Formats: sequence, C-alpha cells, structure tokens
Amino acid sequence: MYVELKNINKYYGKFKASDDVSFGIEKGKLVALLGPSGSGKTTILRMIAGLENPDSGEIYIDGKLVNNIPASKRGIGFVFQSYALFRYMTVFDNIAFGLEVKKTPKKQIKERVNELIELVGLSGMEKRYPNQLSGGQRQRVAFARALAPEPNLLLLDEPFAAIDAKVRAELRAWLSNMIHKVGITSIFVTHDQDEAVDVADNIIVTNEGRVEQQGTPQEIYKNPKTPFVAEFIGTSAKYENYGILKGFSNQEKINGALIRPEFVEVFKSDNANIESYLKYADDGIVESVTFRGNSVELLIDVKGLKLTALRSLERRKIEVGERVKVLVYRLYAFDEKGVKIIENSELAGKETVKL
Amino acid sequence: MDYSDKKQIFSRKITKYILITVSVLFIAIMLVLPLVSVIINSLKEGIAFYFKSLSTNYVTSALGVTVMATLISVGVNTFFGIVASWLLTRFEFRGKNTLSTLIDIPFSISPVIAGLAFIMTFGRLGWASPVIDWINSTFGTDIQIVFALPGVVLATIFVTFPFISREVVPVLNSVGHDEEEAAALMGAKGFKIFRKVTFPHIKWALLYGIILCTARALGEFGAVNALSKTRGQTFTLPLEIDALYMSGSADSITASFAVSSLLVIIAIIVLVARNIVEHRAKKDN
Repeated sequence: MYVELKNINKYYGKFKASDDVSFGIEKGKLVALLGPSGSGKTTILRMIAGLENPDSGEIYIDGKLVNNIPASKRGIGFVFQSYALFRYMTVFDNIAFGLEVKKTPKKQIKERVNELIELVGLSGMEKRYPNQLSGGQRQRVAFARALAPEPNLLLLDEPFAAIDAKVRAELRAWLSNMIHKVGITSIFVTHDQDEAVDVADNIIVTNEGRVEQQGTPQEIYKNPKTPFVAEFIGTSAKYENYGILKGFSNQEKINGALIRPEFVEVFKSDNANIESYLKYADDGIVESVTFRGNSVELLIDVKGLKLTALRSLERRKIEVGERVKVLVYRLYAFDEKGVKIIENSELAGKETVKL
Repeated sequence: MDYSDKKQIFSRKITKYILITVSVLFIAIMLVLPLVSVIINSLKEGIAFYFKSLSTNYVTSALGVTVMATLISVGVNTFFGIVASWLLTRFEFRGKNTLSTLIDIPFSISPVIAGLAFIMTFGRLGWASPVIDWINSTFGTDIQIVFALPGVVLATIFVTFPFISREVVPVLNSVGHDEEEAAALMGAKGFKIFRKVTFPHIKWALLYGIILCTARALGEFGAVNALSKTRGQTFTLPLEIDALYMSGSADSITASFAVSSLLVIIAIIVLVARNIVEHRAKKDN
C-alpha cells in the first residue's frame, strides 16, 4: 500500500468528521473519495496532505509514518477546489512557485515549467494572469502547478466542481488520461458518483465520517456492501413490503429493499413474444411517463408499490393509465447487518429474454 | 402615454431636482463656503503677509512636529494594522471579537478623553510614572512623555490606529486563505507567503488605510491638545492655528487662516491621492 490510513479519528468541536477511518491505496492508482457533502471526505484529504491533524490514528505514505511531518515535507501536490491560483502571478510564475521555494536553479525551473505548460496544453499562455483564463484552463494550471515539484502523491479536492457541466466531462477524461500518463498516485474528492465511476480506478465511499466501502467502480455498483452504498450509488427507491412481487415472496423477514430502474422490465400486455414469461410478471398501471432525452422514465403502480423503470425510445410507446406487465430481475435487500442481492426466484435457471 | 404616466415621470423629475438642490445647498453651506472663507481670509493682508505668517518660528516648529508625529504614527500603525489584520483573519482564539471591538475604540471615544487618559497613565500621578523615573535614574536619560513630543506622538498614534486594520481586514476576509495554504504546501515560509501571495491582495487597501491615517494624524487636535502645552516646541499645526486665533489681534487671526490654508491644501492633496488609489485599485481587480 502506498498510502495507508489506520484508525483515523478527527473531531471539529463535537462534530465527528472522521470515525475510525482505515484504508489503503496502491501505488499508481487514481482513487476517488466519494460521499455526500459533510461525509468527511475533504477532511480525510486534508489530513493526508497535512493541512489538518488527526486526533488519533496513523497516516503512512510510502511506508513512512507522516503524522509529525509538516505538509510541505510530505511530497504532495494539492489541487484546491477553487484552484487557489496566485491571482497576482502569471501562469508561468504560478507553476514555477514551488520550484522557486525549493531554490531550484533558474534554468531548470524554466525547462520544467515549459515542459509542464506543454503537457497541459497551455503553450502561449505563460504570461497570462489567472483571471484571463477559462475555468478549464485554470484547472490545467492548478494541475501543472501541483505537479511541478515532482510530488509522489497528488491530491485533488472536488477538481470539477467549479467548472460548468458542458466542459466537465471533457476535462474529466483529460485529467484521468493525464494522471495515468504521468503515473502518479492520486486521490480526488467528489460528491458526484458519475464522476467517480467515470474517472477512478478505485472508489472509497464515505458517509458520516466512516468508510462505507472500497472497491472498483464495478464492485461498488454491483455489490454494494451497506444500505448506504446501495442507495447512494445509482438511482434507486426504497420499498418495505417487496415480498408481494412475484419471485420474491419466500424471503425471510428483512427491513426493506432497494430497486434500481435498470432492474425493472416493462412489457406491453399484448406482447406475444414473452407469453411464457408473463406468468412471472406482475400487473401494473402506468402512472406517469417522463421524457429523459435518451429514454422515457415510467412510474408504475404494482400492487401499491411505485416502481420506476426506464424504457428505450425504440420500443413501442406506453401511455399513462395503460396496463402493463412488470418483471423485476433482482433487488438489494438490506437489514442491520448489510446488503444482499436477491435474484427473482421465478427466473432462476431460465434464460432471460431482454426485449 | 396617458396623463397619469406623464404625471409620474414629471414628479420623478421634480424629486430628482429637489434632492440635488438640498444636497448642493448643504455641501455649499457646510463645506465650500467655510473652506473658501479660509482661503480668502488667509490672503486678506496680501501674499507677502501670507508667506511671512507661514515662516514664523512657531509655525515652522509646529509644521515639523506635525510631520514627525504623522510619519511616526503612520509607520507604527501600518505595522500594527497589518499584524492585527493578519491575527484577526487567519487565527482562531478566545476573545477575538473583544479584540476586534477594542481596536475600534478610538473611533468612538472622544480624543480629549484619550489625551487625559495618557496624562493619568504617564503623568506625575500616573501609574507608569515610577517606571519612567526608574528608567531615567538608572540609564541617566531624561525621558518625558506628558507635555513633551513623545506624548504628542502617542496621542496621534492612539487616535489613528484603527484606520489600517479596518481597511485591510475585509479584504483579507474576502480573499480567503486558499492561496496561502497552497503556497505553504509547496514549502514557502511565512514571510515569503506574505510578500509574494498576501501582500499583492491587500496592497491597495493598505495604501488607502495609510492615506486615511495620514489625513487624520495631520488634523488631530483634541488628544494632542491635552498633552501638549509648549508653543514653539510641542505644538502641532492645529494647536498653532488655535493659539494664533485665540490671541485675538487682527494680524494673528489672518495668520491663523494662513496656517489653516496649509492644512486645507494638504487635505486636498490627500483627497486626490485617495481618489487615484481607489481608481487604480478598481482597475487592478
């Protein structure tokens, strides 16, 4: 493990910002700290950087205990949420700052800065000031500035929060490429699950100061370990008496279940192709149809449960008030101990036709 | 456009002109006329007399004392103002609000009271008097505070010390400390961070504070009056003007206006400087 946190606790007054946080990060990985605001993710990042001190617990970087090493000596590059570019310095001077502090020879500084400016694609903008740059360009400068002193670990606090939605996706791809190209171990904080899934090799989900789950985006998405993760990742709705759905009736008593729209299949009741499956499907009445751009979102009342489903625009149109057949493939059932995936028992062993 | 619309536009116009008239009249009566009369009165006995009354020993001494007291107070208060602003915006501690309020006291307290307070502290009966006596007898010095130049300087510092921090604190608050944190993370030390990162932000606010501080220091009367009793030695320009005026002869009254015109001219220079700074600061942002 390149970065390792062991039993970290941190209070702000009475508020517990970190509650027994432990995790490890492999060298060269790009890791997302994902959680809602106030879940303690930024606190964790700032403690790794040395901008805050944990009340108890140990932080290791490259096998070395860094609790008592000041921020400036930890070999860390930090990209702030607001970028914190020096407003009264040019792009060149911003990137050169860390090298100047280290008393690097002038010629070397010039080489390194020019190399970085080229790397982030800002050639010709050396003499500009931060307020003459777009949001995306500022982020590139912040990134270059953090990399200039050749840190071993790059920390990014909500790197895309200050950028408008249109450029964000493009920058995400850019940053992820860049980080993998440089090969630096990186941790970024985000509250946006799409961002985490899109960019990260590994996701650490935080909630109320605790680490809920760590894993690859696929693992987190497919096998949520806690009710919080199941609910936070993807869109889903909570149901208590899910036992009334066909295929889920003989389950032991569990607190409730989460059903994601992609687990719900909707058929028109006159669909002849699926006749053999109709006996596993429940009857439902369409309550609303909402256009979602690349699909329609259906809200369907099935025996009192309001299920949400997505339906391709290529399929036959469904109207509000229409009687439809609804098939639920699986759901996440949870109790105090955790979450388990329950597959539709009627479909077990059968090949599912997806239409 | 119907009748009521026209009426509304007309009444808005009327309101505008009434407000302009009131403001102009007020400024004219309260400010322009008195200042013009200072200039006119100062020239009543001719240019030669004007310059003669400016070059008496009393006046040149008073000008020297005023300039010295102003320079020292501005220097001391610039340092104190930066330190206090830094403390108030970058650190959390108990009693922070109390400290912030205390800094504002010279704004609300009468300067005469400040002068008297210094007499009660450093004068013959003050608690600090034995300390000064001890220093004088031990080191063979002859330090006097009350009714001497140090008292004049102290009084001037007292009445002007909030100006700089009041200008700088809001700027430091609005800038935030992200940039400083970023610099610190890259290994920069306190003074380098201040010089390269923080100072460019507060530059204009600081200069603006210094100008206000200068203007106030030049014109201070009450606090200095309580601590300065020797004409020709510890008198500042405002005290000299008062003394000339109080002596009552026609010549000395004209002379007092001549000296006043000096302060008016300095005030106008300060005003112009202030506007230039404000303009430059706006352009910089």
